[in-house]
Amino acid sequence: MSDSTPAVATHNPALQHHFSSMHQQMEASVMGMWVFLITEIMFFGGMFCGYMVYRYMHYGAWLAGSQHMDFWYGTVNTVVLLCSSLTMVLAVRSAQLGQRKMIVIFLLITILFGLAFLGIKAEEYYLHWQRAEFPGLHWDYSGPDPQGVSLFFSFYWAMTGFHALHMVIGIGLVSVITFQAWRGRYNSEYYNPVEISGLYWHFVDIVWIYLYPLLYLVSRKHF
Amino acid sequence: MATATVPAVERENYLNKEYGVMSWLLTTDHKRIALLYLVSITFFFFIGGFFALLIRLELLTPAGDLMQADTYNKMFTMHGQVMVFFFLIPAVPAVLGNFLIPIMIGAKDLAFPRVNLLSWYLFIAGGAFMLYTILTGGVDTGWTFYTPLSTQFLDTHVVAAALAIFIAGFSSILTGLNFIVTIHRMRAPGMTWSRLPLFVWANYATAIIQVLGTPVLAITLMLVALERIFHLGIFNPQMGGDPLLFQHLFWFYSHPAVYIMILPGMGVVSEVVTAFARKRIFGYRFMALALIAIAVLGFLVWAHHMFIAGISLYAAMVFSLLSYFVAVPSAIKVFNWTSTMYRGSISYTTPMLYALGFIGLFTMGGLTGLFLAALGIDVHVTDTYFVIAHFHYIMVGGMVLAYMAGIHYWWPKMSGRMYPESWGRLAALIIFIGFNLTFFPQFILGYLGMPRRYWQYAPEFQVLNVLSTAGATILAVGYILPMIYLLWSMRYGKPAEANPWHAAGLEWMIESPPKTFNFDETPTVTWEAYNYDELNQEVPVER
Repeated sequence: MSDSTPAVATHNPALQHHFSSMHQQMEASVMGMWVFLITEIMFFGGMFCGYMVYRYMHYGAWLAGSQHMDFWYGTVNTVVLLCSSLTMVLAVRSAQLGQRKMIVIFLLITILFGLAFLGIKAEEYYLHWQRAEFPGLHWDYSGPDPQGVSLFFSFYWAMTGFHALHMVIGIGLVSVITFQAWRGRYNSEYYNPVEISGLYWHFVDIVWIYLYPLLYLVSRKHF
Repeated sequence: MATATVPAVERENYLNKEYGVMSWLLTTDHKRIALLYLVSITFFFFIGGFFALLIRLELLTPAGDLMQADTYNKMFTMHGQVMVFFFLIPAVPAVLGNFLIPIMIGAKDLAFPRVNLLSWYLFIAGGAFMLYTILTGGVDTGWTFYTPLSTQFLDTHVVAAALAIFIAGFSSILTGLNFIVTIHRMRAPGMTWSRLPLFVWANYATAIIQVLGTPVLAITLMLVALERIFHLGIFNPQMGGDPLLFQHLFWFYSHPAVYIMILPGMGVVSEVVTAFARKRIFGYRFMALALIAIAVLGFLVWAHHMFIAGISLYAAMVFSLLSYFVAVPSAIKVFNWTSTMYRGSISYTTPMLYALGFIGLFTMGGLTGLFLAALGIDVHVTDTYFVIAHFHYIMVGGMVLAYMAGIHYWWPKMSGRMYPESWGRLAALIIFIGFNLTFFPQFILGYLGMPRRYWQYAPEFQVLNVLSTAGATILAVGYILPMIYLLWSMRYGKPAEANPWHAAGLEWMIESPPKTFNFDETPTVTWEAYNYDELNQEVPVER
């Protein structure tokens, strides 16, 4: 069976039986991840759509709600995520060059940044909870337009919550990749998992890049 | 290429290569996964059918004598959810598509075999949640989960049912993703886009909808779950939310989902009609583009489910117009199938009977869809049995018949055995008669004003309801028959040749049943799809 594809002169052990070349395998993996990311865009898109509709309906409440955001937590987290994207790119670059040690180092830094993000986010969630800013379960708000503000917070929790869930999945994914890289699974010929995990990681970052202004900066018209 | 001289059962193939439960549960062979799906969705089909029979039994008399109103609500809810999400959506793509797409494009497997297996496990996990929901008391939201009914007023297993559909949705997404990448990246040399069988095009169009639409349903159901668990107020009017937003998001997926349930069926019919009219498909390019056009237009018509929900009149007019546009590619398909048969050498085999049934019933369902797309008539017949009849003509008369056509047409390839032809024709006839007797009276009932989703009705509707229930009984017989003779044929059927229909397509050039990696050597394609002109010269047409 293995010699049925004469196109491959030297059979790379990472080549799966149903692909005829490493190139085809790489193209398929990358395309698969892109298609998956499209589904993710549609998934978050549902929430962004709802956010837009309600922001239009309750603009005042959105301004008021945004005043309750902790600006610096969000800003620092944005920087943290951007840095993690940089180290992720460097990890992919190291994989392309076949530098095993550098892949592991950069991936580990990426994981650390990811954990830092989640830590800061957890602290922020804790503050919101203490201030009774969780609609339904723990809610105490006496300002103007309480209904609209509670909707704003509903979106805040749902959107950042699903984003945080994606971060957790991403950290899990990168951890596995790091372990495999440490075992020497990847080389300049075969590094698909590093590449496509990178795509996923950047996607989750980009979601945050949209969430940050939509949630934290709404009221900062003259920022 | 290879024709079967040795009986199929003695050659090594994907069925007899390995034995044992684990060789099935851990398989990454697309053909075995297809059979896993076949067994699973058949199971859910009979569960959904069981609920349907209970519904029809209750409606035999005008009084609510068999069950309480609440029980009846659960019956139609679970009938809808099981049939839509656990039978119709996976039916053709996950069974026939899984089995055939790699073979039809000359590949050894789908691009991601393990993802394919994962999608089956997700399906089973979703199915387990659904069974849990059913066994512990059910859910009565209607299959649509409309808020605030589902979030504020019901004390049934809404979250479990939503989770079941959420998980099954991921299975559907992964299948679609796999198909898209496979069709883009795994085609054999010479298998250009314009040489792809229309079945592949149909599944490609379906996959686009699965990938773009399903995530929106996923987030919508998640928000419903969050609202129930954490009491967030996104769709709750008491907290400033808007239930209409739920309907928009829900139908943004669930209208295109109707096309997930019909496009693959159109693909099957294109294969069957050409094979048994022994002609190249009429207007190949238009047929392929019509599939894509339906997939795209399908995303632009969702609010026609909401004409009476309080959306603006201008929005309703735009959505009405766009809904009419769907009729154009749909009509192209019907006309081209008919033109394909014109002056063809037609043989009335079982798959062909189902395909002919599909064309007729799909046309009925499609034309009544135009009634419903018209604002004035829709206001009159919304939430009546007219709507029920309309979408059952598409989903049962269309998709289930196409699925049966496909199962029979490719049964020799999948099982290596021929099914008994006369039993097949008899069952096709019974299903056709039973179907029409069940659902045609519902058009009249709906037009006369019988509302859907009630367990009682006015006495003057009884005659038509009795007819409908009688039809459902006949339909049940028609579904059980193939179940029996197909199982019988797996052991006692005549061994199938490689190409029992003398049909075109790569799947008929390899043995029945195929070996694990389908092809010894990756084929090079030098012919157009449906090259029946050439085939007819090689094989004299049998009548």
